[in-house]
Amino acid sequence: MASVVLSEAEKVYIVHGIQEDLRVDGRGCEDYRCIEVETDVVSNTSGSARVKLGHTDILVGVKAEMGTPKLENPNEGYLEFFVDCSANATPEFEGRGGEELATEIVNTLYRIFSNESTIDVKSLCINPREHCWVLYVDVLLLECGGNLFDAISIAVKAALFNTRIPKVRVLEDEEGSKEIELSDDPFDCIRLNVDNVPCIITLSKIGCRHVVDATLQEEACSLASLLLSVTSRGTLTCMKKLGNGSLDPESIFEMMETGKRVGKTLHTSLQKILDKEESLGTTRQKVGFLG
Amino acid sequence: MAAIEIRLPVARKPVVQSLAQGSDKHLVAPGDTITTDTGYMRGHGTYMGDEKLVASVAGAVERVNKLICVKALKTRYNGEVGDIVVGRVTEVQQKRWKVETNARLDSVLLLSSMNLPGGELRRRSAEDELAMRDYLHEGDLISAEVQAVFSDGAVSLHTRSLKYGKLGQGVLVQVSPSLVKRQKTHFHDLPCGASVILGNNGFIWIYPTPEQKDEEAGGFVTNLKPVSLHDREVISRLRNCILALVAQKLMLYDTSIVYCYEASLPHQIKDLLKPEVMQEIVLETRQRLLELEG
Repeated sequence: MASVVLSEAEKVYIVHGIQEDLRVDGRGCEDYRCIEVETDVVSNTSGSARVKLGHTDILVGVKAEMGTPKLENPNEGYLEFFVDCSANATPEFEGRGGEELATEIVNTLYRIFSNESTIDVKSLCINPREHCWVLYVDVLLLECGGNLFDAISIAVKAALFNTRIPKVRVLEDEEGSKEIELSDDPFDCIRLNVDNVPCIITLSKIGCRHVVDATLQEEACSLASLLLSVTSRGTLTCMKKLGNGSLDPESIFEMMETGKRVGKTLHTSLQKILDKEESLGTTRQKVGFLG
Repeated sequence: MAAIEIRLPVARKPVVQSLAQGSDKHLVAPGDTITTDTGYMRGHGTYMGDEKLVASVAGAVERVNKLICVKALKTRYNGEVGDIVVGRVTEVQQKRWKVETNARLDSVLLLSSMNLPGGELRRRSAEDELAMRDYLHEGDLISAEVQAVFSDGAVSLHTRSLKYGKLGQGVLVQVSPSLVKRQKTHFHDLPCGASVILGNNGFIWIYPTPEQKDEEAGGFVTNLKPVSLHDREVISRLRNCILALVAQKLMLYDTSIVYCYEASLPHQIKDLLKPEVMQEIVLETRQRLLELEG
């Protein structure tokens, strides 16, 4: 993971500040930095989103392709995740340096989406055992400014919300061979229901308290963090501990409560902005990467 | 419980031209022709191509009599003798420390250029070499002055005064070196209650004003006592003000920082991170600075 080196005195300053609920940039322990979300930035994908959280920049593209369903679940489509840690983010990611982090993120995403209530994968099935939609979700790390997992989960949710899968009809011949017909209208498509897609909230334990949305400097001062995946209703679906330090079971309970609270607020804000962007439609001024 | 703010991105608007002070600057991009007149001497940031003078960096053209040079807007730090820099120790080598100062090469701090605790003046011995790590180890922040510049551009630092040395508790802000204005002194005790070191290399150190000057310590004893909440608020506010000034590309010096601090007082510290609030306070600062000059 990208990290900064800090002197002892700087770390002490940060830790003492958090005890008093005043972080270096003036935020409280449960405040997020300003988040910017834009969808539909990459034109040749089925859905895309770009999220900027402070200095963290994430781009997610979703491509819907036709494939064969997995043997264990013949009536369902599935999602495939791939994460690319670009060397743009930090020189540590050059060559194969970013592979470890990428594998960690991919495994976390698979774990979160393995829950059957997250995405309705049955709607991705076209012909049981023969054809289904496979959603290839590609995550690109453009810049690392702390709190990667949160930003990635917000971007994945926004990209899935933006995904438009073309409507197909299955035609059966007299001989029984099936033909798949694509609708003529390019705007005739199905959308995914992302109401149950969870967001990841990372809580970093610094000193005796925990903070949400840690910057790179704060991550350098924290010994242990808890990664929680929270749905819009406040249900915890997944939990993972990161870091070398140890966590007291009582503080884990406190962190879970904070995570649920913050998660619900994050989901309402995200849904609001996605709906707002949708309602602007073509009048929205696309900013993209050169804005 | 504060609401989490998520917003849609807004395209950046160019800075209002009417507020740009004084003469029009001739801005160039790499490859732009500066002049076809061959009577000029070429300085930094230019090269001769096809009978005309071409810029090699993006910045403003400066002309002194017959010398034309281009001062880049965003560059690595180029060391000059006498500059004050704030740097982070990256390596401890045989008789010197390697210090990162946002330059092309790591700067060098020789053991002989470092103040010994207590201010003693003696020849550095083998024991001193072995005890180097006790003075400064990897990750420590120091303030130093540039003693010399080597032929390859690497900078040699010294901390031969009691005002330089290891830095204690505070906040480091990293900005582009071209935004730090050259002044007589770079150590400022601001009236709002904190002190700031404006390093010429773009590293700005904000720290709580020490109550009394420890003459004997010579910058080695780090005070790890908790800083009061009031001082912390001042430091956080200053940090956000400096970031606002940098975002709007205003030169950083003590007056601009103090004006920006005063303009930011009506807002909450965490609101200063929002782009529209940043624009508002920097606009006010700019107007006050123009009034000061004119």
